[in-house]
Amino acid sequence: MSDAAFTVLRAGQALPRAKVPRLAWAEFRRTIQSATDAGQRVVALFADAVLSAESTDLYAVIADGQRSLLRVGTTTVDADCFPSLTPDCPQVHLFEREIAEQYGIRPERHPWFKPVRFHASYRPGHDAWDRKPGQAPVVGVTDFFRVEGEEIHEVAVGPVHAGIIEPGHFRFQCHGEQVFHLEISLGYQHRGAERTLAGGPNKRSLHTLETVAGDTTIGHATAYCQAVEALSGTRVPLRAEVLRGIALELERLANHTGDLGALAGDVGFLPTASYCGRIRGDFLNLTALICGNRFGRSLVRPGGVSFDLDDASRQQASNRLETAFADVENAVNLLWNASSVQARFEGVGSVSRDNCLALGVVGPAARACGIESDARQDFPSGICRFAQVPVSTWSTGDVFARAYVRWLEIQRSVAFLRDQLRGFPDGPIRGEAMALKPDQIVVALVEGWRGEICHVALTDADGRFARYKIVDPSFHNWMALGLALRDQQISDFPLCNKSFNLSYCGHDL
Amino acid sequence: MLQVSLARLKQGHRTIPYPAVEPTLPDRFRGLPVVDVSKCPTDCRECAEACPTDAITIESAGLKLDLGRCLFCTDCTDACPEGAIRYSQDYRLAARQRDDLILSGRELQLAEALEEKSRRLFGRSLKLRQVSAAGCNACEADLNVLSTVVFDLGRFGIQFVASPRHADGLVVTGPVSENMRSALLATYDAVPAPKLVIAVGACAISGGPYIGNPEVHNGCAGLLPVDLFIPGCPPHPMTILDGLLRLLGRVQDARR
Repeated sequence: MSDAAFTVLRAGQALPRAKVPRLAWAEFRRTIQSATDAGQRVVALFADAVLSAESTDLYAVIADGQRSLLRVGTTTVDADCFPSLTPDCPQVHLFEREIAEQYGIRPERHPWFKPVRFHASYRPGHDAWDRKPGQAPVVGVTDFFRVEGEEIHEVAVGPVHAGIIEPGHFRFQCHGEQVFHLEISLGYQHRGAERTLAGGPNKRSLHTLETVAGDTTIGHATAYCQAVEALSGTRVPLRAEVLRGIALELERLANHTGDLGALAGDVGFLPTASYCGRIRGDFLNLTALICGNRFGRSLVRPGGVSFDLDDASRQQASNRLETAFADVENAVNLLWNASSVQARFEGVGSVSRDNCLALGVVGPAARACGIESDARQDFPSGICRFAQVPVSTWSTGDVFARAYVRWLEIQRSVAFLRDQLRGFPDGPIRGEAMALKPDQIVVALVEGWRGEICHVALTDADGRFARYKIVDPSFHNWMALGLALRDQQISDFPLCNKSFNLSYCGHDL
Repeated sequence: MLQVSLARLKQGHRTIPYPAVEPTLPDRFRGLPVVDVSKCPTDCRECAEACPTDAITIESAGLKLDLGRCLFCTDCTDACPEGAIRYSQDYRLAARQRDDLILSGRELQLAEALEEKSRRLFGRSLKLRQVSAAGCNACEADLNVLSTVVFDLGRFGIQFVASPRHADGLVVTGPVSENMRSALLATYDAVPAPKLVIAVGACAISGGPYIGNPEVHNGCAGLLPVDLFIPGCPPHPMTILDGLLRLLGRVQDARR
């Protein structure tokens, strides 16, 4: 099998960089192609360059969810361009654009070659769009796909949106109410997070990762800590793994509850919108019970967690969980029984299973198309190695499916929490953090509430980060939202957008 | 319909009685930091060195803590060998001037109300336009939650509106990325005068965890005239609500 050309790596386990095979371009490409043809996914494809040199290394990490294996390989690109893999392997489309933007090497014949975050190249003198040095790219200025015709009109929304929400630009090609095509152009939130991690870890690193997608603090902090723990051989006590697992599920519960409320609001069903808006706060307050912050800031730390729950607090958490769940059940069941809601949810914003697979979509959006992919099952880490949360799927791929998968996940997360809150294993909550080993690579995968979070870290000869790659689940999924709007009514856009609820800042970094 | 009515009865009345009654906050809530300098060992700089945003400076004059940079994390309290620095449960943090956020032993000068003319204009009806200028979505989420039943911002006459043309002011979150700079300024220009600007969260005040990154402008204070600063990462909804009500003169303390 040609995928044997890459080396096997387990999620959350470090490997010496020397063991990553350096392949010729043809073999690198062939390995990726045959793996994706076999149904595997590219969880990361990124470049690393020694900036004084004229060549760039490309790294690819492929996930075989069936066998819980990752494979990693690298190749060197000496020229200013490389043949794009996207035409044969669509799921790498955005990774290739990102590589071009960051390192100035062009994927030749990429079918959608546009900037991702609209920032200057990290390699001065190498700009993939031949912009002059010192000419800063202007965000949102790009060739939007346009449909020509007398009755066609173009609607532009954003960056500033009507609600309290992050900025992004949406360009619709419409014929009356019907959307022919939606193009999404982001980059407004770009803060330079990934770039500042190189040379770390330093005292700012964890705080950057906690806020890279601020509503997924536990997800990203857990991935970061798993990476750092693997690189340093730091052991995490079991009690800490339980607390991390609880925090991750509470984060999922809060966001899924909020999303169901927001979906109800978008169809004008105010009872559920109103109740869920409040109950989300109950779950956030459970996180605050543990660590003092509603979003879980300062909870997950290398080596474990920094807050514990004694028996009394654990019991209190358990009681409050039951109350919150009873409230959510009461509020959400109204949705499935209201024909007005179902008429708005069903058959709207559908994405086909084939397109989800082709694009490498992750999270509830993928599971709503019947794809059984969940990092808690496929690449279990932490407490998920001992306590399984069943994977929730639905088949129709529409707004209803994405909403219903969230409801199934709420129920399953509550079942998991009930089990965990019965009693914790004794022991400390934090292992001693050790120094990072030099010249290693690690891939950490965590199932955040939007989907799979992937962090890839490479250390240099001094044990500092040579490169830190963050892939938020939204990076895979934004294109699916564009597809979901095809042949839909433009007035259903807020509903479809909310049914995905992707992170702008997680994409923009 | 019956099912909906029954559900409504079950959900009950949830709006908190604030400001008549003080809110209940989690036991571990990290509010205003308090430093007891008498406990500091000589020449100890542990907290200053641990702070990820250099919010703490120790000079000959003493220790200063910049609430505008503070992420309300546990790095300083973990680093302190004597427990000299700790967080209180005080959720009231909003200030009118950037300098008022720099604590140096004296008490925090909480935001005073707008002057009378503005209070007459905005006191009973304040419409706000939110602009996320590279915010991470936590400040945005806890601003959104203010409109839900627990806090019910509407009962104070405060509402978030869809267009800057309908607004009396901006609420800015995020460190202001270069890519949001012109959108933020255009939105500000679109708000009819007289207008307010409220900076919510460490990012909007000073850049937060992104301070010093060339991709950001270290918050909006250098780009817009800010009338109210609300520190936090993110500020608890009660901290935001307290700040807004103070600005409108709806909450006042006799002292501090």
